[in-house]
Amino acid sequence: MRPFAYERATSAEDALRRHAEGAAYLGGGTNLVDLMRLGVELPSRLVDVTHLPYDQIQLDPNGGLLIGAAVSNSDLAADRTVREGHPVLAQAVLAGASGQIRNVATVGGNLLQRTRCSYFQDAAKPCNKRNPGSGCPAIEGEHHNLAILGHSEACVATHPSDMAVALAALDASVHVRGHAGERVVPIEDFYRLPGDAPERDTTLEPGDLVTAVEVPPLGMPSRYRKVRERASFAFALVSIAVALRVDGGVVRDVRLALGGVAHKPWRARRAEEALRGNPVTEEFFLRAAEAELEAAEPLRDNAYKVTLARNLIVRTLAELGEGT
Amino acid sequence: MDSEATPVKAEITLRVNGAEHRLDVDTRASLLDVLREDLGLTGSKKGCDHGQCGACTILVGGRRVNACLALAVAHDGAEIVTVEGLAEDGRLSPVQEAFIEHDGFQCGYCTPGQLCSATGMLDEAERGWPSAASEDLRVDPVLDDDEIRERMSGNLCRCGAYMGIVAAVREAAARREAAEA
Repeated sequence: MRPFAYERATSAEDALRRHAEGAAYLGGGTNLVDLMRLGVELPSRLVDVTHLPYDQIQLDPNGGLLIGAAVSNSDLAADRTVREGHPVLAQAVLAGASGQIRNVATVGGNLLQRTRCSYFQDAAKPCNKRNPGSGCPAIEGEHHNLAILGHSEACVATHPSDMAVALAALDASVHVRGHAGERVVPIEDFYRLPGDAPERDTTLEPGDLVTAVEVPPLGMPSRYRKVRERASFAFALVSIAVALRVDGGVVRDVRLALGGVAHKPWRARRAEEALRGNPVTEEFFLRAAEAELEAAEPLRDNAYKVTLARNLIVRTLAELGEGT
Repeated sequence: MDSEATPVKAEITLRVNGAEHRLDVDTRASLLDVLREDLGLTGSKKGCDHGQCGACTILVGGRRVNACLALAVAHDGAEIVTVEGLAEDGRLSPVQEAFIEHDGFQCGYCTPGQLCSATGMLDEAERGWPSAASEDLRVDPVLDDDEIRERMSGNLCRCGAYMGIVAAVREAAARREAAEA
Protein backbone atom coordinates (compact mmCIF):
# COMPACT_ATOMS: atom_id res chain seq x y z
CA MET A 1 0.00 0.00 0.00
CA ARG A 2 1.22 3.48 -0.83
CA PRO A 3 2.02 5.67 2.23
CA PHE A 4 -0.60 8.28 3.05
CA ALA A 5 -1.25 11.04 5.54
CA TYR A 6 -4.25 10.65 7.84
CA GLU A 7 -6.36 13.54 9.12
CA ARG A 8 -9.69 13.95 10.88
CA ALA A 9 -12.18 16.47 9.53
CA THR A 10 -13.47 18.87 12.18
CA SER A 11 -16.42 20.13 10.11
CA ALA A 12 -17.94 19.74 6.65
CA GLU A 13 -16.14 22.90 5.49
CA ASP A 14 -12.90 21.52 6.85
CA ALA A 15 -13.48 18.22 5.02
CA LEU A 16 -14.17 20.03 1.74
CA ARG A 17 -11.08 22.20 2.15
CA ARG A 18 -8.86 19.18 2.78
CA HIS A 19 -10.42 17.37 -0.17
CA ALA A 20 -9.64 20.35 -2.39
CA GLU A 21 -6.03 20.03 -1.25
CA GLY A 22 -5.95 16.43 -2.47
CA ALA A 23 -7.29 14.29 0.39
CA ALA A 24 -9.76 11.44 -0.21
CA TYR A 25 -12.72 10.96 2.14
CA LEU A 26 -12.52 7.99 4.52
CA GLY A 27 -15.72 6.57 6.03
CA GLY A 28 -15.80 3.12 7.64
CA GLY A 29 -13.09 2.06 5.19
CA THR A 30 -14.48 -1.42 4.52
CA ASN A 31 -14.30 -0.83 0.76
CA LEU A 32 -11.69 1.94 0.45
CA VAL A 33 -9.03 0.26 2.61
CA ASP A 34 -9.47 -2.94 0.64
CA LEU A 35 -9.15 -1.07 -2.68
CA MET A 36 -6.00 0.65 -1.38
CA ARG A 37 -4.56 -2.73 -0.45
CA LEU A 38 -5.40 -4.00 -3.95
CA GLY A 39 -3.69 -0.98 -5.50
CA VAL A 40 -6.94 0.17 -7.11
CA GLU A 41 -7.10 3.36 -5.03
CA LEU A 42 -3.87 5.23 -4.38
CA PRO A 43 -4.64 8.25 -2.17
CA SER A 44 -1.68 10.07 -0.66
CA ARG A 45 -3.88 11.68 1.95
CA LEU A 46 -7.06 10.55 3.75
CA VAL A 47 -9.50 12.75 5.62
CA ASP A 48 -11.66 10.80 8.07
CA VAL A 49 -15.26 12.08 7.96
CA THR A 50 -16.77 9.59 10.41
CA HIS A 51 -16.50 12.00 13.35
CA LEU A 52 -18.69 14.64 11.72
CA PRO A 53 -22.16 15.01 13.29
CA TYR A 54 -24.00 12.87 10.74
CA ASP A 55 -24.62 9.88 12.99
CA GLN A 56 -28.34 10.22 13.76
CA ILE A 57 -31.57 8.89 12.25
CA GLN A 58 -34.31 11.52 12.47
CA LEU A 59 -37.99 10.72 12.05
CA ASP A 60 -40.35 13.37 10.76
CA PRO A 61 -43.99 13.44 11.97
CA ASN A 62 -45.25 12.04 8.64
CA GLY A 63 -43.07 8.95 8.88
CA GLY A 64 -40.22 10.12 6.67
CA LEU A 65 -36.60 9.52 7.63
CA LEU A 66 -33.43 11.58 7.53
CA ILE A 67 -30.53 9.16 7.89
CA GLY A 68 -27.11 10.64 8.63
CA ALA A 69 -24.33 9.55 6.27
CA ALA A 70 -22.17 8.32 9.17
CA VAL A 71 -24.85 6.01 10.61
CA SER A 72 -23.53 2.46 10.50
CA ASN A 73 -25.31 -0.11 8.37
CA SER A 74 -26.01 -2.12 11.56
CA ASP A 75 -27.62 0.79 13.36
CA LEU A 76 -29.77 1.59 10.34
CA ALA A 77 -31.04 -1.98 10.02
CA ALA A 78 -31.63 -2.30 13.79
CA ASP A 79 -33.59 0.95 14.07
CA ARG A 80 -37.15 0.19 15.21
CA THR A 81 -38.67 3.00 13.15
CA VAL A 82 -36.97 1.79 9.99
CA ARG A 83 -37.99 -1.83 10.65
CA GLU A 84 -41.59 -0.75 11.23
CA GLY A 85 -42.10 1.85 8.51
CA HIS A 86 -39.58 0.92 5.82
CA PRO A 87 -38.91 -2.82 6.22
CA VAL A 88 -37.60 -3.06 2.64
CA LEU A 89 -34.73 -0.77 3.65
CA ALA A 90 -33.81 -2.74 6.78
CA GLN A 91 -34.04 -6.02 4.82
CA ALA A 92 -31.82 -4.67 2.03
CA VAL A 93 -29.15 -3.53 4.48
CA LEU A 94 -29.26 -6.88 6.28
CA ALA A 95 -28.91 -8.70 2.95
CA GLY A 96 -25.54 -7.03 2.38
CA ALA A 97 -22.07 -7.93 3.66
CA SER A 98 -21.49 -9.58 7.08
CA GLY A 99 -22.24 -8.58 10.67
CA GLN A 100 -18.66 -7.39 11.12
CA ILE A 101 -18.72 -5.20 8.01
CA ARG A 102 -22.17 -3.76 8.71
CA ASN A 103 -20.94 -2.67 12.14
CA VAL A 104 -18.35 -0.42 10.51
CA ALA A 105 -19.67 0.47 7.05
CA THR A 106 -21.53 3.77 6.88
CA VAL A 107 -24.63 4.78 4.94
CA GLY A 108 -22.60 7.26 2.87
CA GLY A 109 -19.94 4.65 2.17
CA ASN A 110 -22.56 2.08 1.23
CA LEU A 111 -23.90 4.47 -1.43
CA LEU A 112 -20.42 5.17 -2.78
CA GLN A 113 -18.90 1.67 -2.69
CA ARG A 114 -17.33 0.61 -5.98
CA THR A 115 -18.26 -2.27 -8.24
CA ARG A 116 -16.97 -5.75 -7.41
CA CYS A 117 -16.31 -6.51 -11.11
CA SER A 118 -13.20 -8.68 -10.90
CA TYR A 119 -11.39 -6.67 -13.59
CA PHE A 120 -11.98 -3.39 -11.75
CA GLN A 121 -10.49 -4.95 -8.61
CA ASP A 122 -7.43 -6.33 -10.41
CA ALA A 123 -4.99 -3.44 -10.92
CA ALA A 124 -2.99 -5.54 -13.42
CA LYS A 125 -5.91 -5.71 -15.86
CA PRO A 126 -7.35 -3.09 -18.20
CA CYS A 127 -10.59 -1.48 -16.97
CA ASN A 128 -12.31 1.64 -18.29
CA LYS A 129 -13.74 2.38 -14.86
CA ARG A 130 -10.37 2.28 -13.12
CA ASN A 131 -8.21 3.45 -16.01
CA PRO A 132 -10.35 5.26 -18.62
CA GLY A 133 -9.58 4.25 -22.19
CA SER A 134 -7.76 1.03 -21.26
CA GLY A 135 -10.61 -1.23 -22.39
CA CYS A 136 -13.13 -3.63 -20.86
CA PRO A 137 -11.99 -7.26 -20.70
CA ALA A 138 -15.24 -8.24 -18.97
CA ILE A 139 -17.25 -7.96 -22.19
CA GLU A 140 -15.42 -10.96 -23.67
CA GLY A 141 -14.28 -12.41 -20.35
CA GLU A 142 -15.77 -13.27 -16.97
CA HIS A 143 -19.10 -11.49 -16.86
CA HIS A 144 -21.65 -14.00 -15.63
CA ASN A 145 -22.40 -11.74 -12.65
CA LEU A 146 -22.43 -8.42 -14.56
CA ALA A 147 -25.01 -6.17 -16.21
CA ILE A 148 -27.95 -7.03 -18.46
CA LEU A 149 -29.51 -3.56 -18.59
CA GLY A 150 -28.15 -0.12 -19.48
CA HIS A 151 -24.55 -1.20 -20.04
CA SER A 152 -22.27 0.25 -22.71
CA GLU A 153 -19.35 -0.86 -24.85
CA ALA A 154 -17.11 0.77 -22.27
CA CYS A 155 -18.43 -0.95 -19.14
CA VAL A 156 -20.70 -3.80 -18.07
CA ALA A 157 -20.18 -3.46 -14.31
CA THR A 158 -23.02 -3.60 -11.79
CA HIS A 159 -23.54 -1.47 -8.71
CA PRO A 160 -22.99 -3.65 -5.64
CA SER A 161 -25.19 -1.94 -3.01
CA ASP A 162 -28.33 -3.63 -1.72
CA MET A 163 -29.31 -0.57 0.34
CA ALA A 164 -29.30 1.66 -2.75
CA VAL A 165 -31.80 -0.65 -4.49
CA ALA A 166 -34.25 -0.19 -1.63
CA LEU A 167 -33.59 3.56 -1.66
CA ALA A 168 -34.35 3.66 -5.40
CA ALA A 169 -37.73 2.01 -4.78
CA LEU A 170 -38.40 4.37 -1.88
CA ASP A 171 -37.85 7.55 -3.94
CA ALA A 172 -35.08 8.55 -1.55
CA SER A 173 -32.81 11.53 -2.12
CA VAL A 174 -29.23 12.23 -1.13
CA HIS A 175 -28.17 15.33 0.81
CA VAL A 176 -24.88 16.60 -0.55
CA ARG A 177 -22.56 19.30 0.73
CA GLY A 178 -20.43 20.74 -2.07
CA HIS A 179 -18.28 23.78 -2.76
CA ALA A 180 -21.40 25.64 -3.92
CA GLY A 181 -23.36 24.79 -0.77
CA GLU A 182 -25.94 22.14 0.07
CA ARG A 183 -28.24 20.39 -2.36
CA VAL A 184 -30.63 17.46 -2.42
CA VAL A 185 -30.26 14.94 -5.26
CA PRO A 186 -33.01 12.39 -6.04
CA ILE A 187 -31.47 8.93 -6.00
CA GLU A 188 -32.34 8.41 -9.67
CA ASP A 189 -30.21 11.42 -10.57
CA PHE A 190 -27.47 10.40 -8.13
CA TYR A 191 -26.35 7.25 -9.94
CA ARG A 192 -25.61 7.14 -13.65
CA LEU A 193 -25.30 4.62 -16.46
CA PRO A 194 -21.75 4.02 -17.70
CA GLY A 195 -22.04 5.43 -21.24
CA ASP A 196 -18.56 6.48 -22.34
CA ALA A 197 -17.53 7.66 -18.85
CA PRO A 198 -17.73 4.56 -16.61
CA GLU A 199 -15.12 6.06 -14.27
CA ARG A 200 -18.00 8.06 -12.83
CA ASP A 201 -20.40 5.97 -10.73
CA THR A 202 -22.44 8.99 -9.66
CA THR A 203 -23.20 12.56 -10.68
CA LEU A 204 -21.27 13.91 -7.67
CA GLU A 205 -18.72 16.63 -8.34
CA PRO A 206 -15.18 16.44 -6.91
CA GLY A 207 -15.25 17.25 -3.20
CA ASP A 208 -18.98 16.65 -2.77
CA LEU A 209 -19.66 15.18 0.66
CA VAL A 210 -22.75 13.03 1.24
CA THR A 211 -24.25 14.13 4.56
CA ALA A 212 -27.59 12.31 4.73
CA VAL A 213 -30.21 10.24 2.93
CA GLU A 214 -33.81 11.40 3.00
CA VAL A 215 -36.53 8.76 2.73
CA PRO A 216 -40.17 9.83 2.32
CA PRO A 217 -42.91 8.03 4.24
CA LEU A 218 -43.98 4.75 2.62
CA GLY A 219 -47.26 3.54 4.10
CA MET A 220 -47.53 0.28 2.18
CA PRO A 221 -46.11 -3.22 2.53
CA SER A 222 -42.60 -3.67 1.17
CA ARG A 223 -40.01 -6.37 0.77
CA TYR A 224 -36.43 -6.99 -0.37
CA ARG A 225 -35.32 -10.27 -1.89
CA LYS A 226 -31.87 -11.23 -3.08
CA VAL A 227 -30.58 -14.14 -5.14
CA ARG A 228 -26.88 -14.93 -4.82
CA GLU A 229 -24.42 -17.77 -5.29
CA ARG A 230 -24.41 -18.73 -1.62
CA ALA A 231 -26.99 -18.21 1.11
CA SER A 232 -25.24 -15.31 2.83
CA PHE A 233 -22.36 -12.80 2.56
CA ALA A 234 -22.29 -12.56 -1.24
CA PHE A 235 -23.22 -9.88 -3.74
CA ALA A 236 -26.50 -10.08 -5.62
CA LEU A 237 -26.88 -11.88 -8.92
CA VAL A 238 -30.29 -10.25 -8.99
CA SER A 239 -32.14 -8.52 -6.18
CA ILE A 240 -35.44 -6.71 -5.92
CA ALA A 241 -37.05 -4.07 -3.75
CA VAL A 242 -40.83 -3.85 -3.98
CA ALA A 243 -43.52 -1.82 -2.26
CA LEU A 244 -47.12 -2.64 -3.12
CA ARG A 245 -50.50 -1.18 -2.21
CA VAL A 246 -53.48 -3.32 -3.16
CA ASP A 247 -57.12 -2.38 -2.83
CA GLY A 248 -60.04 -4.56 -3.95
CA GLY A 249 -57.71 -6.95 -5.74
CA VAL A 250 -56.23 -4.14 -7.82
CA VAL A 251 -52.74 -2.58 -7.66
CA ARG A 252 -53.20 1.00 -6.45
CA ASP A 253 -49.54 1.85 -6.02
CA VAL A 254 -46.29 0.03 -6.65
CA ARG A 255 -42.57 0.74 -6.53
CA LEU A 256 -40.08 -1.67 -7.95
CA ALA A 257 -36.30 -1.58 -8.28
CA LEU A 258 -33.78 -4.22 -9.32
CA GLY A 259 -30.21 -4.75 -8.11
CA GLY A 260 -27.34 -6.69 -9.66
CA VAL A 261 -28.52 -5.97 -13.19
CA ALA A 262 -27.07 -2.57 -14.07
CA HIS A 263 -24.48 0.12 -13.37
CA LYS A 264 -27.02 1.67 -11.01
CA PRO A 265 -30.01 0.52 -8.97
CA TRP A 266 -32.58 -0.09 -11.70
CA ARG A 267 -35.93 1.55 -11.03
CA ALA A 268 -38.41 -0.56 -12.99
CA ARG A 269 -40.82 2.14 -14.15
CA ARG A 270 -42.15 0.14 -17.08
CA ALA A 271 -43.10 -2.72 -14.79
CA GLU A 272 -44.73 -0.30 -12.38
CA GLU A 273 -46.75 1.21 -15.20
CA ALA A 274 -47.88 -2.22 -16.35
CA LEU A 275 -49.04 -3.08 -12.83
CA ARG A 276 -50.82 0.09 -11.76
CA GLY A 277 -54.63 -0.28 -11.90
CA ASN A 278 -54.43 -3.92 -12.92
CA PRO A 279 -55.51 -7.05 -11.03
CA VAL A 280 -53.16 -8.68 -8.54
CA THR A 281 -52.64 -11.85 -10.56
CA GLU A 282 -49.61 -13.75 -11.73
CA GLU A 283 -50.58 -13.05 -15.33
CA PHE A 284 -50.17 -9.31 -14.79
CA PHE A 285 -47.02 -9.76 -12.72
CA LEU A 286 -45.50 -11.66 -15.62
CA ARG A 287 -46.57 -9.00 -18.12
CA ALA A 288 -45.00 -6.34 -15.93
CA ALA A 289 -41.73 -8.28 -15.66
CA GLU A 290 -41.62 -8.77 -19.40
CA ALA A 291 -42.37 -5.11 -20.07
CA GLU A 292 -39.34 -4.16 -18.00
CA LEU A 293 -36.99 -6.84 -19.26
CA GLU A 294 -37.74 -6.25 -22.92
CA ALA A 295 -34.86 -3.79 -22.84
CA ALA A 296 -32.42 -6.38 -21.46
CA GLU A 297 -29.29 -7.04 -23.52
CA PRO A 298 -27.62 -9.97 -21.82
CA LEU A 299 -23.98 -10.78 -22.45
CA ARG A 300 -22.71 -14.20 -23.57
CA ASP A 301 -22.82 -15.74 -20.09
CA ASN A 302 -25.51 -13.88 -18.17
CA ALA A 303 -28.78 -14.43 -20.03
CA TYR A 304 -29.87 -16.46 -16.99
CA LYS A 305 -30.21 -13.14 -15.17
CA VAL A 306 -33.12 -12.15 -17.40
CA THR A 307 -35.03 -15.28 -16.37
CA LEU A 308 -33.95 -14.82 -12.76
CA ALA A 309 -35.11 -11.20 -12.70
CA ARG A 310 -38.43 -12.15 -14.28
CA ASN A 311 -39.08 -14.92 -11.76
CA LEU A 312 -37.99 -12.73 -8.86
CA ILE A 313 -40.36 -9.95 -9.91
CA VAL A 314 -43.30 -12.36 -10.26
CA ARG A 315 -42.61 -14.22 -7.03
CA THR A 316 -41.98 -11.17 -4.86
CA LEU A 317 -45.09 -9.40 -6.13
CA ALA A 318 -47.09 -12.57 -5.46
CA GLU A 319 -45.75 -12.81 -1.90
CA LEU A 320 -46.49 -9.18 -1.18
CA GLY A 321 -49.89 -9.36 -2.89
CA GLU A 322 -50.91 -12.37 -0.79
CA GLY A 323 -50.35 -10.50 2.43
CA THR A 324 -52.65 -7.63 1.50
CA MET B 1 13.16 11.80 -4.12
CA ASP B 2 11.24 8.63 -3.54
CA SER B 3 8.28 9.92 -1.57
CA GLU B 4 6.33 6.74 -2.30
CA ALA B 5 8.64 4.73 -0.10
CA THR B 6 8.56 7.04 2.89
CA PRO B 7 6.12 5.77 5.51
CA VAL B 8 3.96 8.24 7.41
CA LYS B 9 3.87 7.69 11.16
CA ALA B 10 1.26 8.68 13.71
CA GLU B 11 1.01 8.33 17.46
CA ILE B 12 -2.10 6.65 18.84
CA THR B 13 -3.38 5.16 22.08
CA LEU B 14 -5.21 1.86 22.17
CA ARG B 15 -6.77 0.15 25.16
CA VAL B 16 -6.42 -3.57 24.49
CA ASN B 17 -7.87 -6.19 26.85
CA GLY B 18 -7.85 -3.60 29.60
CA ALA B 19 -4.26 -2.37 29.15
CA GLU B 20 -3.37 0.99 27.62
CA HIS B 21 -0.72 1.17 24.90
CA ARG B 22 0.86 4.24 23.32
CA LEU B 23 2.04 3.35 19.85
CA ASP B 24 3.83 4.95 16.94
CA VAL B 25 2.16 3.38 13.93
CA ASP B 26 2.56 3.48 10.16
CA THR B 27 -0.69 5.03 8.84
CA ARG B 28 -1.02 2.00 6.57
CA ALA B 29 -1.06 -0.47 9.48
CA SER B 30 -4.36 -2.22 10.22
CA LEU B 31 -5.45 -2.93 13.77
CA LEU B 32 -4.64 -6.55 12.96
CA ASP B 33 -1.04 -5.66 12.05
CA VAL B 34 -0.61 -3.59 15.22
CA LEU B 35 -2.11 -6.26 17.48
CA ARG B 36 0.03 -9.01 16.01
CA GLU B 37 3.28 -7.22 15.20
CA ASP B 38 3.53 -4.44 17.78
CA LEU B 39 1.67 -5.93 20.74
CA GLY B 40 2.47 -9.61 20.17
CA LEU B 41 -1.19 -10.57 20.38
CA THR B 42 -1.12 -13.24 17.69
CA GLY B 43 -4.49 -14.78 18.57
CA SER B 44 -6.22 -12.70 15.91
CA LYS B 45 -5.39 -14.30 12.57
CA LYS B 46 -4.65 -12.90 9.14
CA GLY B 47 -6.67 -15.12 6.81
CA CYS B 48 -7.66 -13.22 3.68
CA ASP B 49 -6.74 -9.64 4.70
CA HIS B 50 -9.81 -8.46 2.72
CA GLY B 51 -12.65 -8.71 5.25
CA GLN B 52 -13.98 -11.88 3.66
CA CYS B 53 -13.02 -14.64 6.08
CA GLY B 54 -13.49 -13.20 9.58
CA ALA B 55 -10.37 -14.82 11.10
CA CYS B 56 -9.26 -11.37 12.30
CA THR B 57 -12.54 -10.53 14.08
CA ILE B 58 -12.07 -8.50 17.28
CA LEU B 59 -14.36 -6.34 19.41
CA VAL B 60 -13.95 -2.57 19.08
CA GLY B 61 -16.07 -0.59 21.50
CA GLY B 62 -17.97 -3.83 22.13
CA ARG B 63 -18.78 -4.38 18.46
CA ARG B 64 -17.34 -7.13 16.30
CA VAL B 65 -15.28 -5.86 13.38
CA ASN B 66 -12.73 -7.13 10.87
CA ALA B 67 -9.38 -5.95 12.25
CA CYS B 68 -7.79 -6.33 8.80
CA LEU B 69 -9.93 -3.55 7.29
CA ALA B 70 -9.58 -1.19 10.26
CA LEU B 71 -6.79 1.37 9.93
CA ALA B 72 -5.09 1.61 13.33
CA VAL B 73 -4.55 5.35 12.90
CA ALA B 74 -8.32 5.86 12.61
CA HIS B 75 -8.85 4.09 15.97
CA ASP B 76 -6.97 6.39 18.33
CA GLY B 77 -8.50 5.92 21.80
CA ALA B 78 -10.39 2.74 20.89
CA GLU B 79 -11.32 0.08 23.45
CA ILE B 80 -10.39 -3.30 21.99
CA VAL B 81 -10.97 -6.88 23.09
CA THR B 82 -9.19 -9.71 21.31
CA VAL B 83 -9.48 -13.47 21.81
CA GLU B 84 -6.74 -13.13 24.48
CA GLY B 85 -9.12 -10.93 26.49
CA LEU B 86 -12.28 -13.06 26.40
CA ALA B 87 -11.41 -15.11 29.51
CA GLU B 88 -11.92 -13.41 32.86
CA ASP B 89 -9.80 -14.18 35.94
CA GLY B 90 -8.39 -17.27 34.27
CA ARG B 91 -11.86 -18.62 33.47
CA LEU B 92 -12.83 -19.20 29.85
CA SER B 93 -15.86 -17.26 28.65
CA PRO B 94 -19.13 -19.17 28.12
CA VAL B 95 -18.58 -18.95 24.35
CA GLN B 96 -15.07 -20.43 24.67
CA GLU B 97 -16.32 -23.24 26.92
CA ALA B 98 -19.13 -24.06 24.52
CA PHE B 99 -16.70 -24.28 21.56
CA ILE B 100 -14.64 -26.86 23.47
CA GLU B 101 -17.70 -28.79 24.56
CA HIS B 102 -19.14 -28.99 21.03
CA ASP B 103 -15.90 -29.39 19.02
CA GLY B 104 -16.42 -26.04 17.33
CA PHE B 105 -13.07 -26.28 15.52
CA GLN B 106 -10.59 -28.58 13.88
CA CYS B 107 -7.34 -26.83 12.90
CA GLY B 108 -8.20 -23.80 15.04
CA TYR B 109 -7.09 -21.07 12.67
CA CYS B 110 -10.52 -19.45 12.35
CA THR B 111 -11.40 -20.06 16.01
CA PRO B 112 -10.25 -16.75 17.57
CA GLY B 113 -12.34 -14.90 14.99
CA GLN B 114 -15.28 -17.25 15.51
CA LEU B 115 -15.10 -16.71 19.29
CA CYS B 116 -14.96 -12.91 19.08
CA SER B 117 -17.64 -12.85 16.38
CA ALA B 118 -19.99 -15.09 18.40
CA THR B 119 -19.41 -12.94 21.49
CA GLY B 120 -20.30 -9.76 19.62
CA MET B 121 -23.19 -11.45 17.82
CA LEU B 122 -24.82 -12.60 21.07
CA ASP B 123 -24.76 -8.99 22.29
CA GLU B 124 -26.37 -7.86 19.03
CA ALA B 125 -29.12 -10.47 19.37
CA GLU B 126 -29.68 -9.45 22.99
CA ARG B 127 -30.24 -5.88 21.83
CA GLY B 128 -32.95 -7.20 19.49
CA TRP B 129 -31.05 -6.64 16.26
CA PRO B 130 -32.61 -8.49 13.32
CA SER B 131 -30.76 -10.41 10.58
CA ALA B 132 -31.47 -11.45 7.01
CA ALA B 133 -32.92 -14.67 8.47
CA SER B 134 -35.51 -12.78 10.53
CA GLU B 135 -38.94 -13.23 8.97
CA ASP B 136 -40.74 -10.36 10.73
CA LEU B 137 -38.59 -7.34 11.50
CA ARG B 138 -41.16 -5.89 13.90
CA VAL B 139 -40.49 -8.52 16.55
CA ASP B 140 -37.25 -9.34 18.32
CA PRO B 141 -35.61 -12.37 16.74
CA VAL B 142 -35.19 -15.76 18.41
CA LEU B 143 -31.75 -17.28 17.85
CA ASP B 144 -32.58 -20.53 16.08
CA ASP B 145 -30.02 -22.35 13.93
CA ASP B 146 -30.92 -20.41 10.77
CA GLU B 147 -30.39 -17.14 12.63
CA ILE B 148 -27.05 -18.34 14.02
CA ARG B 149 -25.81 -19.46 10.58
CA GLU B 150 -26.81 -16.17 8.98
CA ARG B 151 -25.32 -14.04 11.73
CA MET B 152 -22.04 -16.00 11.69
CA SER B 153 -21.69 -15.91 7.88
CA GLY B 154 -18.81 -13.44 8.12
CA ASN B 155 -16.64 -16.21 9.62
CA LEU B 156 -15.44 -18.95 7.31
CA CYS B 157 -14.12 -22.32 8.53
CA ARG B 158 -12.16 -24.16 5.86
CA CYS B 159 -12.19 -27.34 7.96
CA GLY B 160 -15.98 -27.23 7.84
CA ALA B 161 -16.56 -27.39 11.60
CA TYR B 162 -19.80 -25.50 11.13
CA MET B 163 -21.96 -28.17 12.80
CA GLY B 164 -19.97 -27.82 16.00
CA ILE B 165 -19.78 -24.05 15.71
CA VAL B 166 -23.55 -23.68 15.39
CA ALA B 167 -24.07 -26.07 18.31
CA ALA B 168 -21.56 -24.13 20.42
CA VAL B 169 -23.15 -20.78 19.67
CA ARG B 170 -26.61 -22.20 20.37
CA GLU B 171 -25.35 -23.49 23.74
CA ALA B 172 -23.67 -20.16 24.61
CA ALA B 173 -26.88 -18.30 23.74
CA ALA B 174 -28.94 -20.65 25.94
CA ARG B 175 -26.51 -20.29 28.86
CA ARG B 176 -26.60 -16.54 28.57
CA GLU B 177 -30.39 -16.57 28.58
CA ALA B 178 -30.45 -18.90 31.60
CA ALA B 179 -27.99 -16.66 33.44
CA GLU B 180 -30.28 -13.69 32.95
CA ALA B 181 -33.54 -15.47 33.83
